[in-house]
Amino acid sequence: MMKNIPLSALIGLFITGLYFFVAIFAQWIAPFGMAEVVGDVWEPASAEHLLGTDNIGRDLLTRMIYGGQTTIFIATMGTILSFVTGSSLGFLAAVLGGWADQLLSRLVDLLMAIPSLIMALVILAMVPVTVPVLILVMGLLDATRVFRLARSVAVDINVMEYVEAASLRGEGRLWVIFREILPNALSPLVAELGLRFIFMVLFISTLSFLGLGVQPPLADWGGIVKENKDGIVYGIGAGLYPAVAIATLAISVNLVADWILNRTTSLKGGRG
Amino acid sequence: MHPIIKLVAQRFSLGILLLVAASVLIFGLTEALPGDAAQAVLGQAATAESLANLREEMGLNRPATTRYFEWFGGIITGDLGTSIVNRLDIAESVGKRLGNTLFLAFWAALVSVPLAIFLGLLAVRYRNRWPDKLISGVTLTTISIPEFLIGYVLVYFLAVKLGFGSALAMINDSMTLFEKLQSIVLPVMVLTLVVLAHMMRMTRAAILNVMQSAYIETAELKGLSTFNVIAKHAFPNAVSPIVNVVMLNLAYLVVGVVVVEVVFVYPGMGQFLVDAVTKRDVPVVLACGVIFAAIYIGLNMLADIISILANPRLRHPK
Repeated sequence: MMKNIPLSALIGLFITGLYFFVAIFAQWIAPFGMAEVVGDVWEPASAEHLLGTDNIGRDLLTRMIYGGQTTIFIATMGTILSFVTGSSLGFLAAVLGGWADQLLSRLVDLLMAIPSLIMALVILAMVPVTVPVLILVMGLLDATRVFRLARSVAVDINVMEYVEAASLRGEGRLWVIFREILPNALSPLVAELGLRFIFMVLFISTLSFLGLGVQPPLADWGGIVKENKDGIVYGIGAGLYPAVAIATLAISVNLVADWILNRTTSLKGGRG
Repeated sequence: MHPIIKLVAQRFSLGILLLVAASVLIFGLTEALPGDAAQAVLGQAATAESLANLREEMGLNRPATTRYFEWFGGIITGDLGTSIVNRLDIAESVGKRLGNTLFLAFWAALVSVPLAIFLGLLAVRYRNRWPDKLISGVTLTTISIPEFLIGYVLVYFLAVKLGFGSALAMINDSMTLFEKLQSIVLPVMVLTLVVLAHMMRMTRAAILNVMQSAYIETAELKGLSTFNVIAKHAFPNAVSPIVNVVMLNLAYLVVGVVVVEVVFVYPGMGQFLVDAVTKRDVPVVLACGVIFAAIYIGLNMLADIISILANPRLRHPK
């Protein structure tokens, strides 16, 4: 099985794995403390500070590593929340059908009719901005997209003979959802997982950049841009490192997702 | 009744219904969540008594449905209420800023739409060869970077290193059109890059879809050049999906504007909304949220109506 992985997917897997590894072990990898002031303002890159220092003299590499930890943690939790709510409600709507399906689907239509960023801003104007609140808001807003995908996949599966056989056998709805629909709907959902994760990374970075996401002194990639944006006009590129980090992470996750999608569509859900 | 008129009327009324539902949702959210306008003004440290007084003064003690209908009625008649931070009339502040935002979005659309369609055609023409791969690679990269970072990357490399365009996009009424355009060069470029990627990829997919039809094979077999096949046979049939793609991306543009305005300190609606959220100015947030939602829903509705009109199969009822 490992032999058939194309080079692009391998590179994607490697870089994605590297980012997650650094994020998990940030405390041991980072050369300095997260909020420790260790030098002058915006020092250029040197042997001691590989990426230089930031707007108040903290080591930028350290900030980037801890920033990656926060960003990846929030994005991962948001993705999990959006998948659990989105797919379970989506499967439920497909299996139940009738008015329950109508109610959920129209509610999702309504939520998707308003841009998520605008919706998030309206909510964040009312509640205190903390990490759990951010995860909850982003995860639930994004669950609408997962709901649509999960429902449309499950509706197709729900009319298959084996599902009918299971219900004729007298299995309950939970059995049908978890033992019949879930295994067959897993492949498209896993491919979508990567895209949703990237969307979460972009979303949380944007919110932090606007000052409505992760609050200082906690570091995150969007926040690093916000802190160092004044230097850009003077030709100091400290605020641009997150662009490299976000772009490489996004592209490598995309490469993996593409591979999973290709593999599953060519095999029609079989095992490769 | 003619089926097209019926379909358009149906879609139109659905749009209006969606708009009303969206306003209920946005208003309902600010009601359901903890904290209200009075709390926002006075902060967490406010005493219960001063809170009660302010609520009385702002009319927050009346039932939510009454206040919703007052608020919604106000919006329809052009009265958006007053800001709780500076007590200014919101409609007046919004008026000028909305104009600025639409100005920015208009120029971004004017540049990106023809460019996206051209690049989409080019990618199909050289499918799976280097121009296609190059275009796909570049668009994949721009999709993977958030709008504000594309903005700063352009500011750093173009404005600071090469002295092209300006890092701040200030515009005011005393400027001539040319001066205004000069100052929004960079924000327009950012927005173009952001929507270009989506629009181009969707255009490419739409045309490729048409290219797989049997009549395209016939056209190829009778010896037409690839360009003629695309321009005369594929493109007319792809117009409806492409128009749809363009409108969807214009709707996306309206949201992308929020972030780009903050990057370039542009005096538009996006900047206004973000400021209001930071200051917890609930009436302004509500007004801006509803306006953005209305523009978004309106453009989506227009996309559907245009694709109904552009569908040749619906033009000749049996």
